Amino acid sequence: MGDTELLIDAMAGQLRDLLTERSIADPVLVGIHTGGVWIAERLRQRLGITAPLGQLDVSFYRDDFSRVGVNPHIRPSELPFDIEGRHLVLVDDVLNTGRTVRAALNELFDYGRPASVLLAVLVDRGGRQLPIEANVVGTRMNPPDNQNVQLNGPDPLQLTFQTSS
Amino acid sequence: MHILIQGGRVIDPAHQFDAVTDVFVAVGRIAGLGQRPAGFKAERVIDASGHIVCPGLIDLCARLREPGLEHKATIASETRAAAAGGITTLVCPPDTDPVIDEPAVVELIRRRAKAAGHARVLTLGALTHRLRGERLAEMAALKEAGCVGVGDGGRPITNTRVLRRALEYAATFDLTVFLTPLDPELSHGLAHEGQVSTRLGLPGILAAAETGIIARDLELIRDIGVRVHFGRLSCARSVELVARAQAEGLPVSADAAIHHLHLTENDLLGFDSECHVRPPLRSQRDRDALRAGVSNGTLGALCSDHQPHESDAKCGPLGDTEPGISGLDTLLGLSLRLARDHGWPLMTLIERLSWGPARILGLPSGHLGVGAPADLCIFDPDASWRLAASHLRSRGQNSPFIGWELQGRVTHTLFDGELVYAYEA
Amino acid sequence: MTTTSIQLDRQGRLLHFLTTEGLSRRHLTEILDTAESLRGVAERRVKKLPTLHGKTVVNLFFEASTRTRTTFELAAKRLSADVLNLNIATSSAVKGESLLDTLRNIEAMQCDMFVVRHEQSGAAEFIARHVKPHIAVLNAGDGRHAHPTQAMLDVFTIRRHKPDFPSLRVAIVGDILHSRVARSLIHALSILGAGEIRVIAPCTLLPAQVESLGVQVFHLPEQGLRDVDVIVMLRLQRERMEGALLPSEQEFFQRYGLTEDRLALAKPDALVMHPGPINRGVEIDSRVADGARSVILEQVTNGIAVRMAIMSITLGNHARPDGEIA
Repeated sequence: MGDTELLIDAMAGQLRDLLTERSIADPVLVGIHTGGVWIAERLRQRLGITAPLGQLDVSFYRDDFSRVGVNPHIRPSELPFDIEGRHLVLVDDVLNTGRTVRAALNELFDYGRPASVLLAVLVDRGGRQLPIEANVVGTRMNPPDNQNVQLNGPDPLQLTFQTSS
Repeated sequence: MHILIQGGRVIDPAHQFDAVTDVFVAVGRIAGLGQRPAGFKAERVIDASGHIVCPGLIDLCARLREPGLEHKATIASETRAAAAGGITTLVCPPDTDPVIDEPAVVELIRRRAKAAGHARVLTLGALTHRLRGERLAEMAALKEAGCVGVGDGGRPITNTRVLRRALEYAATFDLTVFLTPLDPELSHGLAHEGQVSTRLGLPGILAAAETGIIARDLELIRDIGVRVHFGRLSCARSVELVARAQAEGLPVSADAAIHHLHLTENDLLGFDSECHVRPPLRSQRDRDALRAGVSNGTLGALCSDHQPHESDAKCGPLGDTEPGISGLDTLLGLSLRLARDHGWPLMTLIERLSWGPARILGLPSGHLGVGAPADLCIFDPDASWRLAASHLRSRGQNSPFIGWELQGRVTHTLFDGELVYAYEA
Repeated sequence: MTTTSIQLDRQGRLLHFLTTEGLSRRHLTEILDTAESLRGVAERRVKKLPTLHGKTVVNLFFEASTRTRTTFELAAKRLSADVLNLNIATSSAVKGESLLDTLRNIEAMQCDMFVVRHEQSGAAEFIARHVKPHIAVLNAGDGRHAHPTQAMLDVFTIRRHKPDFPSLRVAIVGDILHSRVARSLIHALSILGAGEIRVIAPCTLLPAQVESLGVQVFHLPEQGLRDVDVIVMLRLQRERMEGALLPSEQEFFQRYGLTEDRLALAKPDALVMHPGPINRGVEIDSRVADGARSVILEQVTNGIAVRMAIMSITLGNHARPDGEIA
């Protein structure tokens, strides 16, 4: 639906303002697989960022490895640039408990030491279990716990809602 | 004691007898068949209706582990297990510790068996001193002490000059020689050399390790004229060689272990150490040929090749385990299952387990003629039951047949006219 | 129960890694894809992932091998696991505890994974059958039977250069009879659909009925190496001369050694592989071992990522609450 693209427009606008505010001239976007990467690609286009896109698969950093094991659809993390001293924008589709972002931050810091990290998410659905907040939010919502919010893609991008029994 | 076995189906292969009749036992002998002998007063009556009454089984090869390996089993424990399996005579190979190369050891085994009183234990004397394959053993003395034959005890003589002399010497005293057909140099392996050993990465034992030796030994027998029995054949070609020699009139006999008629190399998949045996389990073709050989009489006997082990000996990666199956408890059940599955006449099967071995050994027993020793097995041929570890009476629990369905159940065993076993439900 | 079945749980997931034989293409691909993700770790500043933090991996080596043990150790450490190295002598002179007793003693130390190398075929499976349910067993080589992690790093290496398995001709040269590497690799290649698998060796070094494994047999490299895409040279051990299997290393090199001339028989872009350690001048000419077609050193690098993948997957499967194991 065009709605999602509109939300990304909103995100791009917020992000542009924030980067200007902080005098960040040369940011690097890093998307969290899979939805975060799709959104990061679009943000990168809209903001005319030339630096290559980074991709993170946080499976090996999850705190629930003991419960769920290795993700069979794993994809390699790729950060085609040196992190040292760069300003990063971490992008994910849905922010919920905050654990995925925690894992992503741990992984980023194993690559090197960034100057700063901003967080941009398409949907903030609340339910935080860690003290983590997004700097850029496409939309906020408060669905019941048993409702799954998911981004389908890569084209067209569409948010779906599924209630599990 | 006067015992009457009433109304059983008596099968006596020696006399080709198969009929429902009564058997009269007195003073350790068969006193009569069908007709009550004069002066017979039954002190005990065994109702054998619906059961089979046959000569007690004669097991051509059972290792009782005494003397020398008492941590594995003893004469008392194993003869007790034998009795429960309908086996009244066991032949003990000479590879005890000390080896049966002097009369004192023969006497020790005889006394221990007598004290236990469950079954008859016969001994094979050693062919060579200490079974080392170098000097001859005192075969004349061993025969006089009671050995029913001489053999290599699973340690084949590799020096052919010594082998020739040993065969000639044994022939002098009219002793049957029990040989293990195995070339040690081709037998440094754990499994039959074939597809399974290749897949499992187990060093293999060629069929030629057995057949080559049989072929060579047959040539020696032809020249020397000694009576030879080959123990535990495992290859199809071995059966062929023995059949041809018998057709030519050579004094050759052979047996197979019952497990070789049921299991093949495929049973080793999963590295099951219970299937680690020597000679190894071979291909289906070999197994089928062994079955045919037993059926047509080329193999005159079926034995248990009983080798009880303590659990540690079988617990480990296959190459670290000792070979051998504990077979006394399952000899009859597995044999009857074979007969049932392949339509063999009971007369034939029972012959391979009693009269056949008796003839190979030159024994007066193994039949139910009047005057014969009263060694009898009475069993229910229709009982079918699943083998559990708790059913094994031998000290050795090492059997791959646990969980298998066995045919036939021994209800009574008489040894020397005494009831040594009675089944209790 | 076969070796294959005890390494899988009821849902068909890998609990142990004992042999490549009987696994599905999906199992192998999962390992290869996970290894691909892990390959980059070695190039990062922090060469570690927190995945196995708090887990203890025991290297149970009944057969000495510094290099294999080191790669497993490195793989475990890169996943933040703690590592315990136990080298247990097995010479009959030093025969002490039974294998089972050794196992029980180590289990009492609360470990999560055993990496086992043993001279007897079937040893890893024996251990897997007897360990407590929460422990994962990795086979680092059991007798002649299997060396599945080596096979996986070999196919991983091949896939990085020539991913189209059905089009590949792979030749394995040398002592096939004694080689657990060969057996595991043959199974893995079959499962991945390799076009043709060839074994090249003198008769003395070929196992009985080896064709039953799904390979074509060649006795001379001049025929067997024609147009192959991958050549895997196996290590020749000194003992083979004593066992009357070969007359000399010289003759072996003369007739089977991978020289530049023999390499030229293969496709121009053929890969040269060797599980290591290489015997220069016996299996392979130095110029070939160090040449442009050789990926021998890459195999070593890949070995760590592949082992990290296998460790993660098996331990991860042990953890699942919906599996058999708590």
